[in-house]
Amino acid sequence: MTDVQLQVENVAVNVAVGDTARALLKNINLSVKPGEFVTVLGANGAGKSTLFNAITGDVPVAGGRITLAGHDITDEQPERRARLIARVFQDPKMGTAPRMTVAENLLLASRRGKRLSLGSRQLNARLAEFKTLAAQTGNGLDQALNKPTEELSGGQRQALSLLMATMTQPELLLLDEHTAALDPHTSKAIMTLTQAIVSRENLTCLMITHQLEDALAYGNRMIVLKDGQIAFDYDAEAKAKLTRADLLEYFG
Amino acid sequence: MISLGVSAIGQGLLYGLLGVGLFLTFRILDFPDMTVEGTFPLGAAVAVSAISHGISPLIATLLAMLAGMAAGALTGFLTTTGKVPILLAGILVMTGLYSVNLRIMGAANVSLLNKANLFNAPFLKNLPPYFDSVVVGLIVAVIVVALLILFLNTQIGQGFIASGDNPTMARSLGINPAHQQILGLVVGNGLVGIAGALIAQNNGYADVNMGIGVIVIGLAAIIIGEVLFGELTLSQRLVATVLGSILYRFVLLLVLALGFSANDLQLLSAIILAIAIMVPTMEHKLRIRRVLRNGVQHND
Repeated sequence: MTDVQLQVENVAVNVAVGDTARALLKNINLSVKPGEFVTVLGANGAGKSTLFNAITGDVPVAGGRITLAGHDITDEQPERRARLIARVFQDPKMGTAPRMTVAENLLLASRRGKRLSLGSRQLNARLAEFKTLAAQTGNGLDQALNKPTEELSGGQRQALSLLMATMTQPELLLLDEHTAALDPHTSKAIMTLTQAIVSRENLTCLMITHQLEDALAYGNRMIVLKDGQIAFDYDAEAKAKLTRADLLEYFG
Repeated sequence: MISLGVSAIGQGLLYGLLGVGLFLTFRILDFPDMTVEGTFPLGAAVAVSAISHGISPLIATLLAMLAGMAAGALTGFLTTTGKVPILLAGILVMTGLYSVNLRIMGAANVSLLNKANLFNAPFLKNLPPYFDSVVVGLIVAVIVVALLILFLNTQIGQGFIASGDNPTMARSLGINPAHQQILGLVVGNGLVGIAGALIAQNNGYADVNMGIGVIVIGLAAIIIGEVLFGELTLSQRLVATVLGSILYRFVLLLVLALGFSANDLQLLSAIILAIAIMVPTMEHKLRIRRVLRNGVQHND
């Protein structure tokens, strides 16, 4: 057993702007323990989403190594990494197939990263299980199993995305401002659900947020990105002492 | 008059395959596949040439399907690996196939006169005129639609639907949308190849120009089916496409009965399709306008 779940070593990401290369991530090093819930803060352009994209393989890294749960994933295709990594996007529309039903979406997510076969999808056998799963969201998702997801509210969709991301207990959960597009009330409900699932499944989790209250209230570690580097890294103890005023300084 | 109707049903069923093949790409994966304008005559060319060389009509039709699949794979390769935009990839393959089809046939038009084909199989001999195309069309349509419904309800089928519905989500679950795109193009063009082979055998000839406008015919079948039947499940929509294809033939009959010449058919097909696409949008706008007008009066 290793005590490191995610290891990001000297990871650099560059983009070409015209004829010059611009560094989005400058040799980042980050080591996350199993079960750690890390909130990720930083101004726009600090490299938060780029860090996520590097981990999921959606942007190529210019150098460095990424290891997750003992697998070197640096050169793996994004589709291949999906067996280990689940991501919830900011836009509730990104995480679900709109014309497929809630149950069909859950069924697909239950086979995350597995090879699909020409065998029957066997949806009916799992409806009871999906109903129980959906009931924990407390927003009526369990009553909408046979509805296309395009008919759901933003909150229901995001709750579904969260269930889909966590139902196979991924090695790493990436939350990419996943409550930013929701109203304050719904946002709080989704955060409560997130906390409940992450604790229960003991998931290793990185969460980007612009809500300073959320960044303080959730998680047991916080990192602050600035200009493509990790500017601050607070463990649970140091994080507990932080105030909103401290954080505002970084963005001032 | 009755025989005209029977003929329309038969042609509608045969062209229905074209609609169903296009449905996979146009409605499920969400892009128009221009390749079909090349694979339709390719299927015809392969089948007619094979039959002329003494190959059995059934095998010839299957060869046409394989040729269509290969063409679809080529478009898929161009757009996924080659990053050619999908519309252009289809046009490139379609254009190239024109020359390939001429090579296969050796002439612009090849007749099947006095040759065996699927429509003069022994068990069809005693049927009244035009019923042969209805029987063959029905058999093939039932088999193809049933297989596709089964496929869409497999694990891979669900992944296929998801990657058309939301490629980002599919990728995040480990499904490669590029593979699904190739799959859709291969299966879709395989079906269009069969359609070309059957239409050529039914007409008794293959012509290098018989692909012109077939994408419009296929899309018209899909959209007429949608306008006619409204909200349906994916599986039901496949059946609706076949029925839409039959109805489209009757619309053409009507148009010809009104005194238009056969030369006007392409223009009329395009107009019918344009109208069929616009009807749902206009209906929607009218409904919203009506709701808004009524809503203000009732609300306090």
